[in-house]
Amino acid sequence: MSTVFIAFQTNDDSRPIVESILADNPKAVLDEQPAMVKINAEGRLVINRKSIEERIGRHFDLQELQINLITISGHLDEDDDQFSLTWKN
Amino acid sequence: MDKQADKKKLSLKEKYAHMTRGLDWETTYQSMDKVFPQAKFEGIKIHDWDKWEDPFRLTMDSYWKYQAEKERKLYAVLDAFAQNNGHLGVTDARYINALKLFLTGISPLEYVAHRGFAAAGRNFPGVGPRVACLMQSLDEVRHSQTQIHALSNYNKHYDGFHDFKHMLERVWYLSVPKSFFDDAFSSGPFEYMIAIGFSFEYVLTNLLFVPFMSGAAYNGDMATVTFGFSAQSDEARHMTLGLECIKFMLEQDPDNLPIVQKWIDKWAWRGIRVLTLVGMMMDYMLPKRVMSWKEAWEIYFEQNGGALFGDLARYGIKVPECLTQCSIDKEHISHQAWATFYQYGGAAAFHTWMPNDEEMDWLSAKYPNTFDKYYRERFTHWRDEAEKGNRFYNNTLPMLCQVCQIPMLFTEPNDPTQICYRESEYEGEKYHTCSDGCKHIFDNEPQKYIQAWLPVHQIYQGNCFPEGTDPTVEGFNPLAKVLEWYHLEHGKDNLDFEGSRDQKNFDTWRGLATKNNT
Repeated sequence: MSTVFIAFQTNDDSRPIVESILADNPKAVLDEQPAMVKINAEGRLVINRKSIEERIGRHFDLQELQINLITISGHLDEDDDQFSLTWKN
Repeated sequence: MDKQADKKKLSLKEKYAHMTRGLDWETTYQSMDKVFPQAKFEGIKIHDWDKWEDPFRLTMDSYWKYQAEKERKLYAVLDAFAQNNGHLGVTDARYINALKLFLTGISPLEYVAHRGFAAAGRNFPGVGPRVACLMQSLDEVRHSQTQIHALSNYNKHYDGFHDFKHMLERVWYLSVPKSFFDDAFSSGPFEYMIAIGFSFEYVLTNLLFVPFMSGAAYNGDMATVTFGFSAQSDEARHMTLGLECIKFMLEQDPDNLPIVQKWIDKWAWRGIRVLTLVGMMMDYMLPKRVMSWKEAWEIYFEQNGGALFGDLARYGIKVPECLTQCSIDKEHISHQAWATFYQYGGAAAFHTWMPNDEEMDWLSAKYPNTFDKYYRERFTHWRDEAEKGNRFYNNTLPMLCQVCQIPMLFTEPNDPTQICYRESEYEGEKYHTCSDGCKHIFDNEPQKYIQAWLPVHQIYQGNCFPEGTDPTVEGFNPLAKVLEWYHLEHGKDNLDFEGSRDQKNFDTWRGLATKNNT
């Protein structure tokens, strides 16, 4: 399977997001670079609104991800509850 | 007590549907073909524009909200950077030359991209892509502005930042990125989307913004890393648009496949050639290096691009043939480009230098197959000569590739000691290209590329001197006049880093910042 990835700026806003991703995706691998945190995963990666909300204690709109997002790889699908990246090969 | 909302908020999908559909109409005073004159000539067949879906489902109201927040974050950093003399915190002043190349070679193209997406949005008859193109057009003008603002802090203190717009249209190496965008902008809206939306944004932009910007952070330049990442947060959306566009074309009609394949082949190669400059920035211009060009290429192109092409295979898309050469080139191009800029450092708007021993050891370790074998000795020789007072400057002009406009500096795929030349004939004239990839592009559209404004040809034709120059006077110095025409001040903006005004000022100012004055 090909690798999908997502990268965020390293800051306090993205910390709970990264934690949720690592908790929700057993195949996710953390790659910390200068000023940037990248998460790689084989085939598929999901971000769940609920997991982030549990960590930050407030409502979270998944479109807020865009503020600290650096890059993605894979086909994106987004709705109110989930943001996912997938390669089908 | 607060009033309770009467209805549940619209879901993301509903909101997107409401705000990106039904905004258009069938025109009656003029035919649709006249209103959208560029929609058909490229041969792309679209049957149902409503099938277009932006996976981010971003609408204009959310766009303004999130972009405003990004801007506030960015400008807070830029203010702090300027107020605290952040420029003195970079690793060493050589680093600043990478920013000069960025400002002159990349920022003005963000502006061209802004115009290009505005035009593409205008020319697509479907509402979904028009909304997406509008947002990208606004993103691109934001990138251009934030880069110019961020780098204006450097212009207060260092040479070479003073006239990027003037230089873009004249200076020899800036014609490389400029011609890339000119080529895209002068094609139709669908090809533009493949050129910029797909090849540049999806396949290649990660190589420009991600490892290089991470490198800026590594070198202590918070202003650049912040504008870089702020821009890149938009790129994730752009990449998605590029990928969506290509899937949309391929799903709409099987006849679109060969056209799309031809564009992918062309623009992948065009983009890769332009990125030679980025390879050189990463391997030679960042004093502290995050990863080599070759490593970045392997992660962001071979792995990521490989996944992408694997995915597009189900539509019948093949990996562009020219890419087989890239696995050879990745070991060479950054060294070959830096060797060229070093030689032509008299005519560049930034300083050049030879790497020190420690840096050469790093290059040997990162390029075990090529650096010691083909480059180290030459670089050491140049450095030794410079130390003896014989800094080598090449005063002849190189032949340029008719397509990518890069000097003929690349070597044959099967012989790294032999410069690669290809030749085509069109209407009785000979045209030269740097590679099979560029020759192929030329041969497909010779009418377009014979019009290329090639800086070296133009200099020889006498078109690159200030008005009123008389080249027949005794002792005429053509290079001096060309530099004057570039708005490039000899002895300040060009030549070796060693002994430059930038080097002296940086050392003095950093000394003032870290020591007490007596």
